[in-house]
Amino acid sequence: MLNYIIRRLAQAIPQLFLISIVLFMLMQAFGDPIASLGVRTPPRPADRERLRRQLGLDQPLYIQYLSWLIGNDWMKIDMDGDGVPETPGKRLGVLRGDFGNSLISKRPALELITERLPNTLLLMITVEVVIIIFSLMIGVYSAFKQYSFFDNFVTGLSFVGYSIPIPLIALLLMYFFSVNFKNWGLPYLPTVGMFDPQVGRTPGQIALHMILPVLSLSIISIAGYSRYVRSSMLEVLGLDYIRTARAKGLRERIVVMKHALRNATLPFVTLIGLDIPFLFAGAVVTESIFAWPGTGRLFVERTAQSDFPVLMGILMMIGVAVVIFQLITDITYSFLDPRIRIE
Amino acid sequence: MTTTALSQPSALVESTEPVILNPWQLAWRRFRRHRMAVISLIVLVLIFAYIWLGGLVFARGTCVPIDKYVTGEAYANCNDLSIKLQPPSLAHPFGTDTIGRDILARTIYGGQISLSIGVFAAIVEVLIGVLVGAVAGYFGRWVDDLLMRITEAMLIIPSLFLLIVLGKALGGIVPEVEILGRALSGSVVVIILVIGFTSWMYLARIVRANVLSLKELDYISASRALGVSDARIIFKHLLPNTIAPIIVSATLSVSGAILTESYVSFLGLGVQTPTASWGNMLDSAVKYIQSAPWLWFFPGLLILLTVLCINFIGDGLRDALDPRSTRHV
Repeated sequence: MLNYIIRRLAQAIPQLFLISIVLFMLMQAFGDPIASLGVRTPPRPADRERLRRQLGLDQPLYIQYLSWLIGNDWMKIDMDGDGVPETPGKRLGVLRGDFGNSLISKRPALELITERLPNTLLLMITVEVVIIIFSLMIGVYSAFKQYSFFDNFVTGLSFVGYSIPIPLIALLLMYFFSVNFKNWGLPYLPTVGMFDPQVGRTPGQIALHMILPVLSLSIISIAGYSRYVRSSMLEVLGLDYIRTARAKGLRERIVVMKHALRNATLPFVTLIGLDIPFLFAGAVVTESIFAWPGTGRLFVERTAQSDFPVLMGILMMIGVAVVIFQLITDITYSFLDPRIRIE
Repeated sequence: MTTTALSQPSALVESTEPVILNPWQLAWRRFRRHRMAVISLIVLVLIFAYIWLGGLVFARGTCVPIDKYVTGEAYANCNDLSIKLQPPSLAHPFGTDTIGRDILARTIYGGQISLSIGVFAAIVEVLIGVLVGAVAGYFGRWVDDLLMRITEAMLIIPSLFLLIVLGKALGGIVPEVEILGRALSGSVVVIILVIGFTSWMYLARIVRANVLSLKELDYISASRALGVSDARIIFKHLLPNTIAPIIVSATLSVSGAILTESYVSFLGLGVQTPTASWGNMLDSAVKYIQSAPWLWFFPGLLILLTVLCINFIGDGLRDALDPRSTRHV
C-alpha cells in the first residue's frame, strides 16, 4: 500500500512540475499586468520601469519561474536599475509555501486565496452532499420501479439535465425563484452575494444565499449520477445473492437497502471522488453568476487582470487537490472492494 | 389466426431471398429504432435550417443609426440605442438586446458561430485524440508511457481552467479572419483550437485501449509479417475497427464544445462581440434578469435544444454502431 502511494506520488510530481511550467509560460502571454492596473498604473515610464523591477517582471522567464518555484533569497536582484544586483531577494517560492504577492493588490497570493477558499468549500461540500443524497434516492427508486412513469420521467429529465448549460439553469432558477416569486408576492430567494449587508453575515443569511447556487450546480450532476446508480442497482438486483436473500424470506426493504445498495454504490465512490475537480470548474461559472465570493470568481477576476501569482496559486492548489483525491479514491475503493488489489 | 397464417409465408419468402445489408445499413436500421434519436435528428435539421436559411427571411430591415436598409449579419450587428431592451414584438419577435440589436437575427448568426465552434472543435479534438491514442497504443513502451503521462498531466487541471488560461494567452494574437465570406472575430478561431486542445484526453484513452487489444489479434501480426508499414497498419487496419467509439465520442464532443463555448463566452473570455454566439448572448443577461428575461431565454433555449438533440443522437449512434456496449442511460 505504502509502495503504491509513493509510486503514484512519484508519477504525479513531475506532472505537476510540467503543468506549472506550461501554465507559467502561457501566463507570460497574458498581457502586461502593469497596464491592467487601471487607474493605479504609474503614468511615468520611469515609474512603470521601477515597478516592473520591484515585481521581478524584468527578469528572464526562467529566472521568474525559478523565483516563483524556489524563491530568490539565494540571489541578489537589481532594484535601482543600474545593472548591478545589490538587494537580496525576499521570496521563498511555492515549494516553501510562498506563492508570491499579487501583482494587483501587493498582498500575498496565498492570503487572497485562503480568504476565498472557505466560501468555495462551503458551496462545494454542500453541493456534493446534495448530489450524493438525491442521486442515491432517485437512482434506487428508479431501479426499484423500473420502466414506471417515474423512471421514464426521470430518464427524460436526466437527458435535459446534462444538456443544459449552467448559465441557463442558473438564470432560470433566478428568474423563477427570485423575480417571479417577488412579483407574486411570495417570499423570494436572494440572487447574488453571500449575505445581505443590512442583515450581516449570519448562518441563516448564508444558507438562504446558497440555495440557488447549490441547486444550479447539483441538478446537472444529479441527472447523470442517478442514472448511474440506477443501472448499477439494476445490475446488482439481478445477481444470485439477491435471489438468495429474497429466497430466505428477507423483507424487500432489507434486500434493497442492505444487500443490494452496498454493492451497487461501489462504483459511485470512484465517480464522486473523480468529480470533485469538475465541481471546482463548475464553480467558476456559478460563482460568477451568483457573485459568490469564492476562488472560482477570484480566478475569473484575476485572469482579466493578468495577476499570475494568484492564478498560478489557484491552479496549483487544484492540481495538488486532484492528485490527492485520485489517490484517496483509489485507496478507498480498494478498501470497499477487497477484490481490487492495488499494487 | 389468419394473421399468423399470412405472415408465415412472407417470412419464408424473406428467408429464401435474404436481403444483404452492409454494416452501415444495419447500423441505420438500429438507429431508427431509437425513437428519441430520430426525433432529435429531425429537430437538429430544423435548427440547421433555421440558422443557415433563417438569415434570408428574418435578418433584414432598416438600420436607423446609419439610415440604410441592411440584410444578413449587418442587420444582426446593427445597434439602435433608441430601441434597446424592447420586449418581443412583431418587428422584433425575440425582442432587442442592451444596445438595441435584434435578438432573433443574433440567434441566427450566433447559432452559426456556436455550431461551427462545436463541429470544428470536435474535429480538432478527434484529430489529436485519435493520433495520440493510436500512437501510444500501437507503439507501446516509452512512447505509450510518455504520451499517457502527458495525457494524465492534462487531466490534473480541470479543462475549464486550462481553457480560460489558454484562451487568455492566445486571445488577440489571431486577427480578424474571413471564412466563407464572413468577417469573424479571431476569438472564434482561438476558441475552436483551445476547446480542441483541452478535451482530447478521454478520446485518446478510449482509442488507446481499443488499439491495445486489437493489435494482439492475428490479422495484425499477419500484416506485420507481410511488411506492411506502421502507418498503414494504424490507419488502415486498426482505426477502422475502432470507428464506432470514435464516432460516438466525436458526436458527444460537438455538444460538449457548444456547452463549453457558452461557458467561456458567458464569462466574457470567449467569442468577442460584435460577433454573436449563443454563449456571449447570455453574457450580460444576469444584470437584466428582472427587466429583460428575453435576453437570455432564446439563446439559452437554443443551446439546450441543440445540445439535447446531439446527445440523443450520440446515444442512438452508440446503440447503432456498438450494439455490444451497455447503455447506462
